[in-house]
Amino acid sequence: MLLEVRNLKTFFHTFRGTVRAVDDVSFTIAKGEILGIVGESGCGKSVTGFSIMGLIEEPGKVAGGEILFDGRRLLDLSDNQMNEIRGKEISMIFQDPMTSLNPVYTIGEQIEEMLTLHSSLSPRERRKRCVELLRSVGIPNPEGRLNDYPHHFSGGMRQRVIIAIALAAEPKLIVADEPTTALDVTIQAQILKLMKALVRERNCSMMLITHDLAVVSEMADRIIVMYCGQIVEEGRARDVIENPSHPYTQGLIGSIPKLNEDKSRLETIHGIVPNMFELPEGCNFSPRCRFCREICFGVKPDFRLANTEGHLIRCHSACGVSEGGNEV
Amino acid sequence: MFKYLVTRIGQLVAVLFIVSMLVFFMTSVVGDPLQLLVRQNASNEERQAAMEYLGLDKPLYVQYGKFIVSTLSGDFGKSYMYHTSALRLIAERFPATMEIVIVAMLLSGFIAIPLGVYAGAYPKRMLSKTVMTLSVTGISLPSFWVGMVLIFVFGLHFSVLPVSGRGQVGSLLGIQTSFATLDGWKHLLLPSITLALSNMATILRLTRAGMRETMKQDFIKFARAKGVRNRKVLFGHALKNTLIPVVTVFGLQLGTLIAFTTITETIFAWPGMGKLLIDAINAGDRPIISAYIIFVAFMFVFLNFIVDLLYTLIDPRIDLS
Repeated sequence: MLLEVRNLKTFFHTFRGTVRAVDDVSFTIAKGEILGIVGESGCGKSVTGFSIMGLIEEPGKVAGGEILFDGRRLLDLSDNQMNEIRGKEISMIFQDPMTSLNPVYTIGEQIEEMLTLHSSLSPRERRKRCVELLRSVGIPNPEGRLNDYPHHFSGGMRQRVIIAIALAAEPKLIVADEPTTALDVTIQAQILKLMKALVRERNCSMMLITHDLAVVSEMADRIIVMYCGQIVEEGRARDVIENPSHPYTQGLIGSIPKLNEDKSRLETIHGIVPNMFELPEGCNFSPRCRFCREICFGVKPDFRLANTEGHLIRCHSACGVSEGGNEV
Repeated sequence: MFKYLVTRIGQLVAVLFIVSMLVFFMTSVVGDPLQLLVRQNASNEERQAAMEYLGLDKPLYVQYGKFIVSTLSGDFGKSYMYHTSALRLIAERFPATMEIVIVAMLLSGFIAIPLGVYAGAYPKRMLSKTVMTLSVTGISLPSFWVGMVLIFVFGLHFSVLPVSGRGQVGSLLGIQTSFATLDGWKHLLLPSITLALSNMATILRLTRAGMRETMKQDFIKFARAKGVRNRKVLFGHALKNTLIPVVTVFGLQLGTLIAFTTITETIFAWPGMGKLLIDAINAGDRPIISAYIIFVAFMFVFLNFIVDLLYTLIDPRIDLS
């Protein structure tokens, strides 16, 4: 296993109380694997990513758990030691390409910074490598564009530059936090295709954080579905997409509009995400769940196997057809 | 760029023209230079002769025309007090003023900016809060009071630093300056600190405010995710994005200091331009006042031009034309 996250807890301590943004999350990523993490805004998927990078800022704090990366315990490392890992071993792609690049440095400088930090290349080799990287992410005329500033690029092109930066030091793992959310749909497809090709080509692993099931079904080998800071479903991508077993996942998939079906109303998950300060006592999803039973309000569900191997759900009444459950 | 230069020079001409009018007419209505020039019990003939000699008997617009013509040829007239060229007097005093101004601005740049960066990046830390409290003090204390306190503490109480005048000057790169001697430096210290204090506070607060904004930006987090060390994130990635307002104010402060060190120079008996201006105003010495103010206007336009050029160096998105 390249990355092993065990019982990770990341809490935010605010005036109003403690937000358990990530609460007891465990998962693994194998070498060369693309893991998709899906969930609504605020479900803790980005915080999970930032916890791995060691970039949780006040008032947030990793409150417990373990992160094993390539045999090293990341949570025990000092900030300086983490700087050796950030960028070099684990790099990150951010959501909004319009704001992730520093506006006052050239593209070349920003790619080169990665090489200066994490490689022993000479200045000339670094420049050559920058050109190669830009070419590999599909930027036309890379030599000529090294001295351009971010504002000379469109959003899609900037995201390509960011991908080039993320790949520069040949990382083992890339954490991509909603990499295509801010882009046009046509550009999204291009960028996803590019990312997938580059990751496969270099045999590096990827943690793809997104709220877009379509994206994740295209890209991921395995999928984790998160809700209110916890994993509710986990399994191989095909199993989760074709056979969603947790009511939340079913709701997510059900709410994708289908063009070939004639429907006047869009299906939605009824209710809203609960207030993170006052989570329900039992299952976090119970107030919104169609299959909710007595037990769901009182007891937090544990993981249990769904239909296929490796397909886990955190639900008392799997698939809504469990014993004695009344459909509501 | 060419178009920008032309507009800037056009502005310079307009500013100088307006300033020259203001200066000329203001100094004409305030004070009577004759009192300075003639004997106390001078006869009317003597007064008349002096007026004719100075051209004061002519109507105001004729005087102004003459003033403009001679100014354009670089002649601001002779000082009534010293009987030498007003411009030369200013030029002689200029290095002394520049010395304390340079030291003050360096203090401001090398102490206030790093402190501002720190306070902006870690607003909740004890040191940041202390620095911010002190900066309020720095802004509120008037420089004449600070000067006197410094004189009292370092000059009288501890007797470690001289409190009056410019010390020995030595030759450095062909210029006679206090920077060349230890005694010169000792004399420089207190007036420079007095000048620097309130400017430091302003720069510090400005840097802090900008840093607080910038630190929230995505590209800062992205830089951290790249494994950039903290110091480099703060001073490389964040500070450069914060610098525009700081440089603007820095430029204005530099101009203000060069032009109006009057109070500090008076307190420390520093023989700079500010002292010259005060003496000239007290004596109604018109040529010095007008030369001085035109010099100041010219300098401000020039400094703003430099600041504009710096903008383009700091932020590539700014295009002067």
